[in-house]
Amino acid sequence: MRVVRIVMICFAMNFIAAALAVPLSFAGGAITVGEINTYSKLTNFTIPYRNGWRLAVEEINNSGGIGGKKLEVISRDDAGKPGNAVKIAEELVRRDKVALLMGSFFSHVGLALTDFAKRNRVFYLAAEPLSDALVWAKGNRYTFRLRPSTYMQAAMLAEEAAKNPARRWATIAPNYAYGKDAVKSFVRILKAKRPDVQFVAAQWPALFKIDAGSEIQALAKADPQAVYNVTFSGDLAKFVREGKLRGFFKGRFMVSLLTGEPEYLDPLRGEAPEGWLVTGYPWYDIKTRAHTRFLEAYRKKYNDYPRMGSVVGYNMVLAVASMLNRAGDTNTDRMVRAMEGLTFPSPFGPITFRKIDHQSTMGTFVGYTTLKNGKGVMRDWRYADGREYLPGDAEVRSLRPRD
Amino acid sequence: MGPFIVQFLTGLSNASALFLVAAGLSLIFGVSRVVNMAHGSFYMVGAYVAYFAISWLPKGGFWFWGGILIAAVVVGLLGTVVEVLLLRRIYRAPELFMLMATFAVLLVIQDLALWVFGAEDLLGPRAPGLDGSIQILGALMPEYDIALILIAPLVLVGLWFLLNRTRWGVLVRAATEDREMLAALGVNQKRLFTGVFFLGSFLAGLGGAVQLPKGGADLLMDLNVIAAAFVVVVVGGMGSIPGAFLAALILGELTSFGVLFIPQSTLVMMFFVMAVVLVIRPYGLLGKPEGVEHTVSELAQWPLRKASRKLRVTGAVLAAVLLAFPLFAGSFQLILIGEIAMFALACMSLFFITGPGGMVSFGHAAFFGGGAYAAALFVHHVNTPMELALLLAPTCMALLALVIGWFCVRLSGVYLAMLTLAFAQICWAVVCQWGRFTGGDDGVLGIWPSPWAGNEVIFYYLAIIISGGGILALRYLLFTPFGYAMRACRDSRLRAAAIGIHVRRRQWYSFAVAGMFAGLAGGIYVFSKGSVFPYEMSIPRSFDILLSVLLGGIHSLSGPVVGSAAFIGLEDLISRVHFWRLILGSIFILLVVCFPQGIAGYFSARFAKEPGDQEAGSERSG
Repeated sequence: MRVVRIVMICFAMNFIAAALAVPLSFAGGAITVGEINTYSKLTNFTIPYRNGWRLAVEEINNSGGIGGKKLEVISRDDAGKPGNAVKIAEELVRRDKVALLMGSFFSHVGLALTDFAKRNRVFYLAAEPLSDALVWAKGNRYTFRLRPSTYMQAAMLAEEAAKNPARRWATIAPNYAYGKDAVKSFVRILKAKRPDVQFVAAQWPALFKIDAGSEIQALAKADPQAVYNVTFSGDLAKFVREGKLRGFFKGRFMVSLLTGEPEYLDPLRGEAPEGWLVTGYPWYDIKTRAHTRFLEAYRKKYNDYPRMGSVVGYNMVLAVASMLNRAGDTNTDRMVRAMEGLTFPSPFGPITFRKIDHQSTMGTFVGYTTLKNGKGVMRDWRYADGREYLPGDAEVRSLRPRD
Repeated sequence: MGPFIVQFLTGLSNASALFLVAAGLSLIFGVSRVVNMAHGSFYMVGAYVAYFAISWLPKGGFWFWGGILIAAVVVGLLGTVVEVLLLRRIYRAPELFMLMATFAVLLVIQDLALWVFGAEDLLGPRAPGLDGSIQILGALMPEYDIALILIAPLVLVGLWFLLNRTRWGVLVRAATEDREMLAALGVNQKRLFTGVFFLGSFLAGLGGAVQLPKGGADLLMDLNVIAAAFVVVVVGGMGSIPGAFLAALILGELTSFGVLFIPQSTLVMMFFVMAVVLVIRPYGLLGKPEGVEHTVSELAQWPLRKASRKLRVTGAVLAAVLLAFPLFAGSFQLILIGEIAMFALACMSLFFITGPGGMVSFGHAAFFGGGAYAAALFVHHVNTPMELALLLAPTCMALLALVIGWFCVRLSGVYLAMLTLAFAQICWAVVCQWGRFTGGDDGVLGIWPSPWAGNEVIFYYLAIIISGGGILALRYLLFTPFGYAMRACRDSRLRAAAIGIHVRRRQWYSFAVAGMFAGLAGGIYVFSKGSVFPYEMSIPRSFDILLSVLLGGIHSLSGPVVGSAAFIGLEDLISRVHFWRLILGSIFILLVVCFPQGIAGYFSARFAKEPGDQEAGSERSG
């Protein structure tokens, strides 16, 4: 009897799972889309991100939905495990019958979903993953990516960094794909623009386990004139503090990826570094009409200011909604064709999804950090439009497999 | 010269921070044999509480250190609560169950911390009076690092005094040496254990609090520190405080200079050192070997029995239901059941060495993920067909397990477990770093089944047959002379050796068998997911497998299957809700308290009275 009971327990569990998974919407009255992200980790990104896409969904549904239908999002947590993300994707597609998939933060989870989308011919919009491979080496017909990639952001920084007279450079980046790609692209582009530059040291701390004091000492030993930093989050805080205490930043030109984003700059408070060249999001200073409208709506709904993640989440749903309006229905082929070359208005201005590699032209802001009222902010910033920081069409074609 | 001295001093301050976390862990393990996975969580809570205490208290050096002390006491009390409410109930359960209980506490604290402390990373305050730097031969050294260098020896001396010069310390040391004897002498163990847990948690909280000026508080600290803390404790010798200090010194300096000379070494340096130390000194630097017969496995009380007729019938019914499943189930149910089956095979292979084999592995994902990688790489690089890849994956993993096992079977208990962890971490680092061959973090994509098996129903049958076949094969092995000899080695090494069984070789072979079947599970798994990433070989993955085995129950042969179904089912069920770790952790705690033998174990014990049933729960092997 024992085993029978056990078997019953197993089945009961699965049936409970099945019962809970029944979509909350009525078919026909709504368009259901699936959203997967790593909510239980990296909460400083994912919570603003969720706020962002929820705001967009609310706005769209309040103004009549898509072709009269409501947009509904089923949101799931992949816990940062690529295997889980694929399982959830199977479930969303097969059981919940979602029209498309979107989301994800980590590059490896994004790549797992990219491959899933290709195999199952499912439309997938990668929101945050930065890996170049997502649209190039491993790109496919069904996958699109919203955020500017590692290559694009590195190119934006390298362009500005080339104007600095520094010739001896060092790099420090987390020891995984994102860090390695970010360093490789930066080195390549900077060397192309400035053949006289040489890289004298490369440090690779483990992600979120930086031994900041030792890394700073090792960098100081190479005595570079400029340093390119890719560490972020908790690693960045430790790097900045140890660097200041050990006098490392004095007289050195610092270039730093993502550091100007509120997610990473704000936790540093009064210790935010000054004079670093960064990519980021100066929400407090952007006065365009599109952004002001977004900022006000976001503040009204959440009583908080938006982070970069909020804009990513917001734009993700805007992109999907414009695409659905253009496609007219949820046939995957029609959705893919509607997405290719689609231009939609966003808080950062119009964004286009390129036909050639399915990368969006969403850009980011490049500027220098400074302190204002005891808080780190960006000054002398400009919006770097993504379309100007992508390689030429011939090169892109050579990077991307044929469909 | 200056930079080298500063690098050396930086290493010393890292060592101090490591020692503070590791000391408490070592103390708790030494006395209560609890492998406390929640130690990192106490460290994290210490950091958060100290942050809020310091920002709430008036400014100034006195209040700063006061805030740190308050945080340590608060965390000590938290540890006490956990001990009294949870661990005290299960000291009699197998050691592995305490591992599961503390892991559940870790999950619960992760979500509670998000809820209470908020999502944003907090930058720690600087220590008043110690916020500058001093010049050392032209290089700058932060003053707070110097303070840290002094704190660790102070704590070491304090602990030494407490353990060697007070009556309480004598009792603690006696408990470390021989718990049963101490109890026989009439010492109230409950109070002693609670006291030790308070002290250990206090030290964890202190460690988290004093590192604030070096970094801050964030929600990933718990998992980031726990592996390092275990490495220090094991390298130093479990239960030895001076050993932990020595190990922290060595590891602190090696990682500091490793960064200077081999910048890529950061992923693996600590684990590499641990592997080397354990191979040379199986009980750590200052640890003592445990009495061999002293640790006769509790599992000897639950001898495995061949399947009764009733069980065979049930198994046949289950098999029939599974085979007929595609007739009435949706395609996602098929995928879910298929995944449960593959995972059950991985769990069964771990159960094979952990239960009947008596060797706990913390690094089983090396073989599961390794099998997935082996299959994926054969397909990716030499276009191997799926059928051949499914043969090559277990073969490669059997070979890998032979290599790793050769080192591991010389050890026992937690040392063995930690050595498997070290090897798994080394394999993981190789996969991450060797991007040209393995794809690095971007993984290997596009590994889908051969066209004939592409249909989900056919693939479901393939998964069920391979996994079910593997599980039955492992089960069959347990009742061959090989399996009996393996269990004899677990129950009594000395007696097994006396009747002519080559204990180490037997364990070595069983390790290889387990690796092989885990590799088979990984091989089929990769074809169901289409891609593989280093995550499949990482520490969290190893713990997924281990937790499932524990969930099902380590006493029962059906445990792995039940555990896998429960784990995957639960994971799927609760990934829809926020705070799912809180729920999962609470379920684990409930299970541990109510079903200390695991789900399947509970049912076998419960229905053992029925004559002729499989496992007679209360029968003793003498």
